[in-house]
Amino acid sequence: MEATSGRRVVIEPVTRVEGHGKVTILLDAEGHVERARFHVVEFRGFERFIQGRPYWEVPVAVQRLCGICPVSHHLAAAKAMDRIVGGEKLTPTAEKMRRLMHYGQTFQSHALHFFHLASPDLLFGFGSDVNARHVLGVAAKHPDLARQGILMRRYGQEIIRVTAGKKVHGTGAIPGGVNKNLKVAERDPLLAELQQMREWAQATVKLAREYTLAHVDSLGGFGSFPSNHVSLVREDGALDLYDGGLRAIDAQGRTIFDHVDPQRYLEFIAEEVKPWSYMKFPFIRSLGPEHGWYRVGPLARINACTFIDTPLAEAERKMFVEVAGGRPSTLTMAYHWARMIELLHAIEKIDALLHDPDLQGTDLVVRGERRGEAVAIVEAPRGTLFHHYKVDENDQVTMANLIVSTTSNNEPMNRAVTSVAKQFLDGQEITEGLLNHVEVAIRAYDPCLSCATHALGQMPLDVELRDAAGRLVARRVKDSRG
Amino acid sequence: MARVLVYGYGNPGRLDDGLGPALIDALAAHGCPGDVTLETGYQLQVEDAALVAPFDLVVFADAHASCAPPFELRRLEPLHAADFTTHSLAPEAVLALARDLYGSRAAGFVLGIRGDRFDDYGEGLSPVARRHLDAAADFLRQALRDGTGELRCPSPGR
Repeated sequence: MEATSGRRVVIEPVTRVEGHGKVTILLDAEGHVERARFHVVEFRGFERFIQGRPYWEVPVAVQRLCGICPVSHHLAAAKAMDRIVGGEKLTPTAEKMRRLMHYGQTFQSHALHFFHLASPDLLFGFGSDVNARHVLGVAAKHPDLARQGILMRRYGQEIIRVTAGKKVHGTGAIPGGVNKNLKVAERDPLLAELQQMREWAQATVKLAREYTLAHVDSLGGFGSFPSNHVSLVREDGALDLYDGGLRAIDAQGRTIFDHVDPQRYLEFIAEEVKPWSYMKFPFIRSLGPEHGWYRVGPLARINACTFIDTPLAEAERKMFVEVAGGRPSTLTMAYHWARMIELLHAIEKIDALLHDPDLQGTDLVVRGERRGEAVAIVEAPRGTLFHHYKVDENDQVTMANLIVSTTSNNEPMNRAVTSVAKQFLDGQEITEGLLNHVEVAIRAYDPCLSCATHALGQMPLDVELRDAAGRLVARRVKDSRG
Repeated sequence: MARVLVYGYGNPGRLDDGLGPALIDALAAHGCPGDVTLETGYQLQVEDAALVAPFDLVVFADAHASCAPPFELRRLEPLHAADFTTHSLAPEAVLALARDLYGSRAAGFVLGIRGDRFDDYGEGLSPVARRHLDAAADFLRQALRDGTGELRCPSPGR
């Protein structure tokens, strides 16, 4: 590797799978779809990037991972470092500031996904003209909806700015607490827009619900399958995006494990390495790699939690459960409805926090007994996010292990793409229709591909068809110009 | 005087992908002539349509993986296209959204600065990218000097 003017990092063999958003469809000897693989970003390079840094730098440095969910990495790393400094029992002001930051992140991320990525599929139908089926098509035909999406996203970004200190690469969460509270002058503009945001969130979840209900029969056959589900839950089983214990349920809703202390995650979750990918494949240890794969994210969270502690979102969750027949929903496309239930939950939580005087408190940081190892888990917008660190007596990080939500969802996405390919592959040609449906199935999981570089000239989606001998049969690339 | 926005974006934690924000740092450090607003970001997002809408001229500065070194300046037309699922927009799409939703008439250019290393984690630019950055910053300062908001693409062999 060539020396750079800054930090020099040598990572072998390569740090990421080439061609982010690359899909390989493998055919059997008869020319039928055997399986599909969706290649996503490799993270172990980043784990080495963190090694050798002082622990207090980590909550800021990890935000380099991603331009979409930096707050999730910021908070997960800060929670881990809380334990390193013995400060995991945060002051009320510190915990509520972090929660507000997290709900702001969830709100803006879910709004972005729905309006930018999902709404074109839902509003126009995913068999519609690809040249109009994107956010700009929404802007042309539904400009009020497009402006609403932008303003919701901006509202969440503003919450991040006032809690983290900056819109991107904030510094608000520090080991043992936070470095600022919420000033009244920062709070009041957010309060002024709150009612509008809640109304829009209610309208958006209604749109997602009505779409799902109107298409529930056809969606059952679209990239859907039973699976295990993993998420954090609160002690009483409530949905909790910031903290709690790990719960896993099977396809029938039976408990596999519950209220697992994050410090013990390795007793319950293992990671498999496969020869064709540098990426890790997490699985539930007791079920083994073949049966232990699981979903994470909004669908898994709404399936796994016992209830939601905010009334509007809870009413929606009950409808969601009813539609699924009281069992965990298997619909890949139900991710959208579940995501919007969480959007509503986030704004209800933001409402409560903005009215809480603890946010103006001044007791910001605690310290306790120093530790050398810590694990933290948060529910990032895309799913469960694990951060695990070891820190030596010189305060330097000696080990970092991250399991990101897109990694956990890798096997479900492969299955969704396999299912769609089996349904829509006609002969040995990658048609526009196949490409579109593969996109729709992957998009439902909201995978984070933005951890990669995005320099001009790189491509976002590349679908390959390979025969049983591994020979390339067909290839189709979709770049940013469609 | 034309209102100009120079928006540098990219990930400074991925080596030369940080060329866009580095350009903004360079312009801020040495000053920029005219009525110029400097902004940085990781990626272009939908809300950037509202950001760019009030300006007469917007220059999107990004790392480029394959253009002729040291940089490429290209005039943009608003374009109705979107990426697959990277949660980011192309600069043409930001201009199109700004036009459709906010009635913006901003002229847009993309300044692609040729980078060399993208496939690793690490902070700091490669020596090659730094030379290209210096050339791009000099060009932009000179081009914006008259304050008219008119930009001309440099001729080959600059």
